[in-house]
Amino acid sequence: MSSIDTGGDDGHKKGPGVKKAKKLSTRVDMTPMVDLGFLLITFFIFTATMSSPVGMDLNMPKDTDKPEEETEIKQSGALTIMLGKDNHVYYYEGQLTQENASTAFKSSSFDKIRDIIINKKKDVISSYRGNPACEQKARDKGKDPKAECIDEDFVVVIKPTAEATYKNTVDILDEMTINNVKRFAMVKISDTEKEMIAKTEGGQ
Amino acid sequence: MPSVKLPKKSTDTDMTPFVDIAFLILSFFIMATKFKPPEPVAVVTPGSVSSVIVKDENSMLITIDKDSKVYININAKKDQNKLTQIIEGINTSRSLGLSPAQIQNFKTTPIIGVPFGSLKTLLNLPADQQATVGQPGIPVLDSINNELIWWVSETKKAFAGEKLLYLIKGDNGSKYPTFEGVVNALRKNDEFKYNLVTSQEGPPEGTDEYKRRAAGGK
Repeated sequence: MSSIDTGGDDGHKKGPGVKKAKKLSTRVDMTPMVDLGFLLITFFIFTATMSSPVGMDLNMPKDTDKPEEETEIKQSGALTIMLGKDNHVYYYEGQLTQENASTAFKSSSFDKIRDIIINKKKDVISSYRGNPACEQKARDKGKDPKAECIDEDFVVVIKPTAEATYKNTVDILDEMTINNVKRFAMVKISDTEKEMIAKTEGGQ
Repeated sequence: MPSVKLPKKSTDTDMTPFVDIAFLILSFFIMATKFKPPEPVAVVTPGSVSSVIVKDENSMLITIDKDSKVYININAKKDQNKLTQIIEGINTSRSLGLSPAQIQNFKTTPIIGVPFGSLKTLLNLPADQQATVGQPGIPVLDSINNELIWWVSETKKAFAGEKLLYLIKGDNGSKYPTFEGVVNALRKNDEFKYNLVTSQEGPPEGTDEYKRRAAGGK
């Protein structure tokens, strides 16, 4: 009889005509799939972290014409920082008067301003002689009076000029966070200070 | 001499669990990723140590680009009608005479950076062209003609009683007077709390903030 079966049936236990299925391995090479998987993971990790912007809280005081609502600061604890053009920073401690203008007004840079802030803060803290009003307030709120009030007098006044960039402004505000300056204010620059900056820049 | 025959071990490893985990992580990231909409204005934000994540809520995003041009972008999470309210408010208060079609078009406008005088022309364009057309920026420098005041005022009105974040996103190279103009516009509307969008940096070692965070402060 003719048979279609061409498979070798020699030595086969099953009868002739029964097809012998060839055993194929079920193993698949998964390497390319894993490669692709990890490629996608890397991609998504990168995009996921990139798209979460962080923000800096900024609270501005309300404009006021009434002198009793204005915050008074002690001259001894005040540090005024001015932002000039080309990332220049100028500063003085206390008050700038006609007499001390040449000595008190100093030039600095963004690398050095941190040390100046830290030193001034240390100075203010070391000269703390007690502030009953503030300590009472802290006690009422249930906070440690000394920790709350020791740098109470330390105020940084930030005065950016028209040439300062937004980055400078954010950097200096960031410095406030970095050094835990509790009280700082952004104030419009005065004409005297503008002149001093112009003089310093011209003299360099 | 009898030779010990070492059985030949297969070098094949079963990669299945490995692949399982890989794809699990992959699916997690796919689901967790939220794509940013393409930004019509390229802005490089300065870094700061602040780590407050800006929540994607109702927000008014004020963008300052590197040429100190000001753009606004209002993001209403739920109610798109707020945008219509804003543009209608602007239309009446500034008597711009916008057509209903132009008002409708405002909803899809990706970013606004034109003075009121050119708003009509901008709203005539379809949304995809609005993003590419060069916009001169909203005037803020002049305190009398600070047009941002009107935008903030209308936005504030539309979102009355709801939470609204004011985000200021400035470029590194933009000048301070523009930022001051933006702040003044917000201040005129009695808004004193804003968020500056920055990129995150760690506090430098040895500083007070570094010590505070190391001590577990948030």
